[in-house]
This record gives sequence, structure tokens and C-alpha cells, in this order.
Amino acid sequence: MFEHYLSLFIKAVFVENMALAFFLGMCTFLAVSKKVQSALGLGIAVVVVLMITVPVNNLILNYLLKAGALSWTGIEGAENIDLTFLGLLSYIGVIAAIVQILEMFLDKFVPALYNALGVYLPLITVNCAIMGASLFMVQRDYNFGESVIYGAGAGVGWALAITALAGIREKLKYSDVPAGLQGLGITFLTVGLMSLGFMSFSGIQL
Amino acid sequence: MGIRQVLDKVEPHFHSGGRYEKFYALYEAVDTIFYSPPSVTRSTSHLRDGIDLKRIMITMWMCTFPAMFFGMYNAGLQANTALLTEGVSALSGWRDAVTMSLAGGHDPESIWANFVLGATYFIPIYFITFAVGGFWEVLFAVKRGHEINEGFFVTSVLFALTLPATTPLWQVALGITFGVVIGKEVFGGTGKNFLNPALTGRAFLYFAYPAQMSGDSVWVPGVDGYSGATALSTAAQGGMAQLQQQMSWSDAFFGFIQGSMGETSTLMILIGGAVLLWTRIASWRIILGVFLGMVLTATLFNLIGSQTNPMFVLPWYWHLVIGGFAFGMIFMATDPVSASMTNKGKLAFGALIGIMVVLIRVVNPAFPEGMMLAILFANLFAPLMDHFVVQANVKRRQKRLATATAGKETA
Repeated sequence: MFEHYLSLFIKAVFVENMALAFFLGMCTFLAVSKKVQSALGLGIAVVVVLMITVPVNNLILNYLLKAGALSWTGIEGAENIDLTFLGLLSYIGVIAAIVQILEMFLDKFVPALYNALGVYLPLITVNCAIMGASLFMVQRDYNFGESVIYGAGAGVGWALAITALAGIREKLKYSDVPAGLQGLGITFLTVGLMSLGFMSFSGIQL
Repeated sequence: MGIRQVLDKVEPHFHSGGRYEKFYALYEAVDTIFYSPPSVTRSTSHLRDGIDLKRIMITMWMCTFPAMFFGMYNAGLQANTALLTEGVSALSGWRDAVTMSLAGGHDPESIWANFVLGATYFIPIYFITFAVGGFWEVLFAVKRGHEINEGFFVTSVLFALTLPATTPLWQVALGITFGVVIGKEVFGGTGKNFLNPALTGRAFLYFAYPAQMSGDSVWVPGVDGYSGATALSTAAQGGMAQLQQQMSWSDAFFGFIQGSMGETSTLMILIGGAVLLWTRIASWRIILGVFLGMVLTATLFNLIGSQTNPMFVLPWYWHLVIGGFAFGMIFMATDPVSASMTNKGKLAFGALIGIMVVLIRVVNPAFPEGMMLAILFANLFAPLMDHFVVQANVKRRQKRLATATAGKETA
């Protein structure tokens, strides 16, 4: 059991890294990776959001949306109801609500991080990595325990990638990039080279 | 007329307004090969040291020579042995013509015959690497107005040595182009990149043309259809028993095995490495980190053991001699640009490589060889390690300052 969860976690962090293997969550990945401190902050925020949203969406899927999921209510004919077409809508709603709560929490208790993240914090709502993790959870039919671990792993992988990118970009401040490539251009190239480094995990069977 | 006079005579043409203004970088490169630059310190700080970037790079380049010459000999030895076992007396094409005229045969017992045949494989590859890579280096230097850097000598020789002898030359050109342009020049040249350019080019070839570069089977030059399994994939499929049947540890240590040209002989690599350590060009912290990381992880896998995966039992002294481990540890990991800069960071950086290489070799069935990927992976995290070491330093000093001022106030 433990081994199964461990391999799921490792797989989510390294082998199926959200940012460098699936290229999800690119907008925030590229925009908030100038400084290690704020990248780390955003990374932690993404881990927290993923750890909450993926299990919550898992519960919604299993107890409200799936075909026959409503049978626990005891309503007559409930086992014939299939609400999976509401999936996308409800997942986004859950994500938006949880990000809103996180934002209020940070504003109140960690104002420095709140200011550093600026507009990108509400943008976590539309971060494709968050939505992607929920959809992968649906596609792969994870149970509740697996979805907690998967959410944590996907978040940690994304946080690791953005922190490493921020470290590299702090170093690249001293490099002499051709005018046409400055800014986003060189960052795209950097991310491409980073995913070349992460290729070392592709093919690992866990 | 001395070289100085010739250089002085042509110098005005290369300054702004001169006829060859665009090629100043070339003039500068030739000048500084023969003489130290005339520029003097104008500000208050002055560093006096016998070694500069040019000397570092040239020393490093020369340190690869033992491995390089042995690689040529060994490529020839493997080819000639294959010819003998297959019963083929001659190859076709220019390689055979050169070997016949210089060495007069394909006798695997003759050191000279082996060396000449191996050289006909290595020299074209190295020449293409140097010409194509040099072209990009000079183009960027001229266009962007930076110096032509000797770092390219190192990049080119390391790239050529990691290639199998039978690599098609157009792939060599493509690989070094990717390495130099995308791995280095787009960031502004030597010292400004974050990945090792030679490894970037090599990894590009590895993923773009896996059929020729997989690391499963080798590449005995010359004879079509004759290829054996590399040491690593033998170990992965058949386990220790089969590996020892195929080669002894000392064969692998001295380098009489099949593999990429520069990486077979651990002994020759260590000779070059000793010079690098003695001149303090390579950081002993990185090498120690890589070595310890590898030994610990390999021993850990030995202890865990596995019923299904024979790589688990491979002891650390075999990990050391097969594949590209020694070559990567001495020449690639110690690249001062892409490694960590801080002392603690260097140890951690090395250890990460050592751990990753054994992990990839043992756990990942897709890649038998892990050294290149492990170093690239560690390159990604090198700046981050530096960042945290520096932050820890800053915090420690602030704390010390705070206690010192607090002590003063109470006194």
C-alpha cells in the first residue's frame, strides 16, 4: 500500500512533471519565475491548492456526478442519473472558490507573499496545471487516497520546476542574450533545455 | 620579422574604420594565443594570477589527450578484432586505403595498425566538430562583438569523445551546432550558459537519433552487422555473471572494451583527471561528491536487492569503470560554468549527479546509460543550490551582526 502511494508520488513529481513533461501551467510558470523567493511562494501555493482541489473534485465526481453516484441519497431513480457532463463546470467552480479562500488567507496572514504574487495568485484559478491534475484524476480513475497523493505530487513537481527555473533565470541575469531573444524568448529556450534534462525520467516504470 | 611585428603591422586594419573591422575577434584570438593581452588594470582592484581562462581551457583540453589517443587505439583494436573473427581481410573505402598504406594490414596485435585505423574514425569526427562548431563560434563572436573563447576547444573535444566511432558525420555537425548555438551562444557565449554545451549537443543527438545512439549496442566500426552489447546493457539484461563472462574488471578499467571513443579507459581518464586536480582546474569537491553519491547509492541498491532487476547487484567498482561514468565525473561534471559555484553547493551538486546516475542506470529501463542525463539534470539545479547556500550565508552573518551590535549596546 505504502509502496503504491510512494511510486504514485514519485511518478507525479518527476516522470510526469506537470511543467516539464506536459507543459501545463505555462503562463504563471514563465511569468513568476524571475525570483526564487516568489517562485517558491507560488510553488507552495500551487501545492496547497492542488492538494485540496484534486481530492475535493474526486469526492464531487464519486458522490455527485458519476453515473449512479447519487444513489446514496435514496431518491427514486437516482441510480440512473449521470451528471458527468457537469464535470468541467464543477471542477472550475471548486478551484475558483479554493483559490479565493487562499487569497484571503494570504492577504491576512502573509501580506509580503500576497504582494509579491500580485495578479498571478488569482490567476492560479485558470492555471492549467490545476485543472489538468483534476482531469487526469478523472481520466485515471483515482480513489480518494490516490487523489490526495497525486495532487501533492503534481504540485511538488510543478513547484520544483518553477523554483529551478527561477534559480536559472537569476543566474541568466548576468548573461548577454541577443536583443531579439531577451525576455520570454530566452525563457522558452531555457524551459525547453530544462525538459531535456528531465527526459532522464521518461521511461521509468513504477 | 617576429610574430609581434607581423601582428602589430596588421592590427590597424582590424580596428574600427579599418578594412577588416568585422574580423577583429579573429585578430584578437590569434594575438592572445601568442601574447598576453596588453590591457592593464585601471580601477582600484587588481588580481595577479598565473592562470587565466585561456590557460585553464588549454590545460583542460590537453588533459583529454590520454583518453583521446587511447580511444583511437581502442576503436582500431575493436574493429581489427572484429575483422579477424568475421574472417574479413579488408574493408572498402578510403579508410582501408589509409590503413594499408600507413600500417600495412589489419593486425589486432599491432599497436600501430590499431591506432591508424582508429584515427581514421576519430579524426574526421573531430575535424567536423571543430570546423562546424568553430564556424558558429566565430560567427557569433564577429556578429556580437565578444571574444573567441578557448572554451570551444574543450567543448569540441569533449563532444567528439562522447560519440560512438560510427556516428554519421552529418549528425556530428548537427549535434555540435545545437550544443554551441542553443546550449551556449544564445545566452551570450562562454560563462553565460547554464548547461554544459558539449552535453547539450550529445543529448540532442541521443534523443533525436536514438537508433544510432541508444547505448544498447555498440558500434564496432568497419564491419556491417557486427555489433555487441555495451557493458551496461549486458549487465541490465544478463546480470553480473554474464558481464564477467564478457569482460574482466581490469579490461574495463584499462579500457579494452567497446564503447564511445573517449570513455572506455578509466585509467587514461584518471591520468587526465590527476593533472586537472593538481592544477586545481577541476574542483575536488565536485569529483568527491559524484564519487560518494555513486558509491552510496550503488551500495544501497546492493543491499536492497531485487529478484527481477539484475542491475541492483552491480557493485560500485563496476559502476565506476563501465559506461561514461569516469569521463563524466572528471571532464563533464567539473565544467566550472554549469556547475555550482559555492563550496557547499559543489558537494551537493556532485552528490546529486552520483545519485542520479545510479538511479537512471538501475531503475530506468529506457536508458542503459545515465551519466549524461544525470549531469544535465544536476545542471538545472546548480543555480538553485548556490542560491540557498548564499541565502544561508547571508542569514548567518546577519545573525552574527545582530548579536555583535546587541552586545555593544549592552556594554
